[in-house]
This record gives sequence, structure tokens and C-alpha cells, in this order.
Amino acid sequence: MPSVERHQPARSANTGAAGAVADRIFAGITCAAALLALGLLGAIMLTLVAGAWPAIRAFGLGFVASAVWDPAQQQFGGLVMIYGTLATSLIALLIAVPVSFGIALFLTELSPTWLKRPLGTAIELLAAIPSIVYGMWGLLVFAPILSSYVQQPLQRSLGDVPLLGALVSGPPVGIGILSAGIILSIMVIPFIASVMRDVFELTPKLLKESAYGLGATTWEVMSQVVLPYTRSGVIGGIMLGLGRALGETMAVTFVIGNMNQLKSPSMFEAANSITSTLANEFAEASPGLHQASLIYLGLVLFFITFVVLAGSRLMLARLARSEGART
Amino acid sequence: MPHSSAPPSAIEVRSTPKISVRQLNFHYGKFHALKNIDLDIPTHQVTAFIGPSGCGKSTLLRVFNRMFELYPDQRAQGQVLLDGEDLLARTHDVALLRAKIGMVFQKPTPFPMSIYDNIAFGVRLFERLSLADMDERVEWALRKAALWDEVKDKLEQSGASLSGGQQQRLCIARGIAVQPEVLLLDEPCSALDPISTARIEELMAELKSEYTVVIVTHNMQQAARCSDYTAYMYLGELIEFGATERMFFKPRRKETEDYITGRFG
Repeated sequence: MPSVERHQPARSANTGAAGAVADRIFAGITCAAALLALGLLGAIMLTLVAGAWPAIRAFGLGFVASAVWDPAQQQFGGLVMIYGTLATSLIALLIAVPVSFGIALFLTELSPTWLKRPLGTAIELLAAIPSIVYGMWGLLVFAPILSSYVQQPLQRSLGDVPLLGALVSGPPVGIGILSAGIILSIMVIPFIASVMRDVFELTPKLLKESAYGLGATTWEVMSQVVLPYTRSGVIGGIMLGLGRALGETMAVTFVIGNMNQLKSPSMFEAANSITSTLANEFAEASPGLHQASLIYLGLVLFFITFVVLAGSRLMLARLARSEGART
Repeated sequence: MPHSSAPPSAIEVRSTPKISVRQLNFHYGKFHALKNIDLDIPTHQVTAFIGPSGCGKSTLLRVFNRMFELYPDQRAQGQVLLDGEDLLARTHDVALLRAKIGMVFQKPTPFPMSIYDNIAFGVRLFERLSLADMDERVEWALRKAALWDEVKDKLEQSGASLSGGQQQRLCIARGIAVQPEVLLLDEPCSALDPISTARIEELMAELKSEYTVVIVTHNMQQAARCSDYTAYMYLGELIEFGATERMFFKPRRKETEDYITGRFG
């Protein structure tokens, strides 16, 4: 008994008071790290609003609806760039999502084992290519190909058709919204595909086997059972890709043409995006309304990505709630 | 195991075999998991596979619907005849085969969709039914699986919202809904409580009038309670096969007796 009594206090001294203090310190450090992120977010937001203030005061919310961008007259509106950013990202997702689904499906279900790893790694390596390399490749290699094999044939066959003709008009250099969207899609595919592959691989074997066991084909199993089962992960992956597409600067700047126009609806007409405008003009912008308008554009981009993220959260929550309501 | 020209099962099985296994060998990579299996599974009876873990009973079950083909390093040699036709033959359409031979797994695996769609999923793969016919089919399957009364008011709810036992009956209903000829049950009660287990055992007794049922189980009492025929397997070999009553009361082989009486290992 005495030995037990001697032993007990020794243990409580080890894990007791000193331990509790250490616990509190550690909790404090982790809390500080978390708050730091929140604080930075707030600070960046504040800085953006402060920097954009002259432009906000001058143009108000009408900024996002105006297509005029005239530094000489000190008239600024962001519609052209907002349209360019949204349109290129939309094209990127339209291409990247189905392709990524195909890649993930092949890698998880169809690929022979020896091919899985090299192929998976190769796709992840696409993400390691610097975006400026994509930009140069897009401008020097891809745009001419797009021009001579897609744009010009389209213009020859559709050029005289009303409406459709306008969609494909433009100088035959293969630069504009479409090529920027395609380059972006190549850049976001590795993100979306690897997230999809990972969540598909986490699907329980038994779930897949039960669907196969009813006589379902691989396509039916993947599209009707695995995809709904993994939808939150899949949506997360798509949002990751969309976030990247919205914010991508260098590659887009190379191939979008950097022209502030919105007169033509053509996918082959040079246009502009928020990020490439910022990259091109910020260094030369005179302090004052021009610079403030550029910062205003940055704020709008911030807002767009925020809405996209919040929207995806909301969508997931609604999906979960409709599941919950059924429970 | 040593045997004469007739498979050991032929002696006792009087009803016509639904599935006949002939000289079946199975490999996981280099591992020889099933060795020269010969077995006749009688029509409209419950046949239980028993044996210690790793003896190959689940493997044998997964040969019947060619589930092993999903995994590239698994292969089967020999013949498995379904109504006299070799289902291992390359020409046999595997989706149609699986529609004919349904399977229920160790753990309930409701699909991420409503209870109704869980049942309708398999039916839609092979049949175009009108809405009314589909409603009827879903109700029929759920009634067969003794689940209808518990879920009839919440068919739109997610399958995952049910309890474990209900989920497993949902999976059985899903298997029945495509109107298979054979139902394979791979330890269907291993994740269930005794009450749910009892319900599923009752269900098996009812189902056998229309289906040929094959069940893999770790639970000897379960095999004794609800099967008509029992196969004892050990280390990839079929040690003994016969009418359940005879197997449990008068096993012919010492190994079977040791296992059944718990003197094993």
C-alpha cells in the first residue's frame, strides 16, 4: 500500500498541473494560428476596400455593369474583365469536368494495374508545370493550331450564317476567350481528376460490388452509385479547379489577347480577364482613379471566388439537408 | 479430397442441381484458394457453406456470379454449370449472369439514393417498366423481404436512414427485385443483432420456395437452423457435403465432426 501511495502523487505531478499548463499553451498556440488566418483574411479585405475606395466612390456598383475602360478619360468599368474571367472559367470547367471524370473512372476501374501509377503521376505532374510555360505553349503552339484547324474551318463553314457566324468571327490567330478557356481546362484537370480519383478509390468495395452484383455495367456503377456516393468530394474537387481557373493570371494573359472589348460575342475575339488586366496595367497605372479601379477589380474577383466557395458550401449543405430530411 | 467419379454430393442430393461445380480451381495470384471442387447445389433449397476463415467458402460464392473478375489477379479454372451451361465461359454475358444470380454481402450496402430507388435501380438496368408496374415491383420485393410495413410511408427517404437490419433486408429486397434464380448470401447476418438475424433466417426459409439460396456463414447454429444442405470446407477443399441434418448428427469425416463439435483448432 505505501508504495502505491508514493507512486500515485508522482504520476499526478507529471500529468497534472504542469500538463494542464502545457495543454493550455498548446491550445493557445493552435488557436492563435487559426485566428491569424482569419485576421489576415480580414486585413486583406480591408486593404482592398481602402485601396479601391476612390473608384468605389466614383463609380459605385455601376462599375461592374459598365464596359468602358478608358484611362485617358478616367472612366472605368469592369464588365469586360468580369465577363472574360467568368467565360474562360466556365469553358474550362465544361471541358475539364467530363475529362477528369473519364480520367478518374479509367484510373480506378478500367486501367491495368501496371498503368495506374505512371498515368496517375503523369496527370499530377501536369499541375507542376509553371503557368507561364502553359502561357507560352498556348501562344506559340496551341493558338496557331486552334486557328488553322478549328477557327478557320468554322469561319469558312459558318461565317455567313447569322448568329453562329458572329460566334466564330475574329482575326484568325487563335487567341481569345476560347483558347484561354481551353488552356485553363488543361491546367485544372490535374486538380479535379486527382480529387475525383481519390474519392472514387475511397468508395467501399462492397458498395461497388453490390451494384455490379445486380448486373450493372462499369458505367452504370460509376455514374449512378459511385458518383452520388462521392458527390461532396467531387464538388469539392470541381470548386478547387474553379478557384484556380478564376485566379489564374499568367497563362490567360498570354492567350486571351488583352483587349478591352465586349462588342463581339465571338469565342475567337481577343478579350480580357480581371487577372490579366491587373498584371498588364498595374505597374503603369497612375495613382488615383486608375489604380483604385484596378484594386476594385481585385475586390470583385475576391467577391466572385467567395461567392463560388460559399455557393458550393450551400449546395453541399442543401444536399445533406435533403438527405437529413429523409432520415 | 479423394473421390470417385461421381461428386460426393451426388449421393444425397435428390433434387436436380441448379449449379454444378466441376473440378474448380481458383487462384489469388499465386495462392491456390480452391482445390478441385466438385459440388452440386440443389434447386429450391438452402445450401450453407461452413468452415473456418480463409477456407474458401466466400471465394466459391464469388465464382458463381463471376465477381472475382473485377480483380485482375484472380482467376478460376474448371466448370461451373448453371442449369447445365458453363457460366465461366467467356461467351456468357456477365451482366445477365449477375441478374440471374443475386448477391447479398456481409455488410448492408444501401446505394446513396432513396429506398424506392434502391429497389428500382436493379430493375431499371434490365426492364422498362411503367411507373405503376415499377411501384408494384418495389412493393412486391419489399414485402418479400419483410420490410414493406416498416418503410411503406418513407420510400422517398435515403436508404442509409434505415437501421442495420432493415438495410440488410433492403439489400435482400434489392436482390429479389430483379427476379433472379439464385440468391447468394455472403455472411448476411455477421453485422446484425440477433433479432434482425432471426428475421433474415425466417426470410430464407420463405425464399427457398422460389429461389435457390446459397449462404456462407460462420455461425454453425445458423447453418443447422436454416439450411437443407451443408458443405464443410477447409483450406480450399470441400471436405464433406450432404443433407444438413445428416452432416450435423452423423458427419462421415472426422474433420467435419471436429469442426462442428468445436474441437477444431
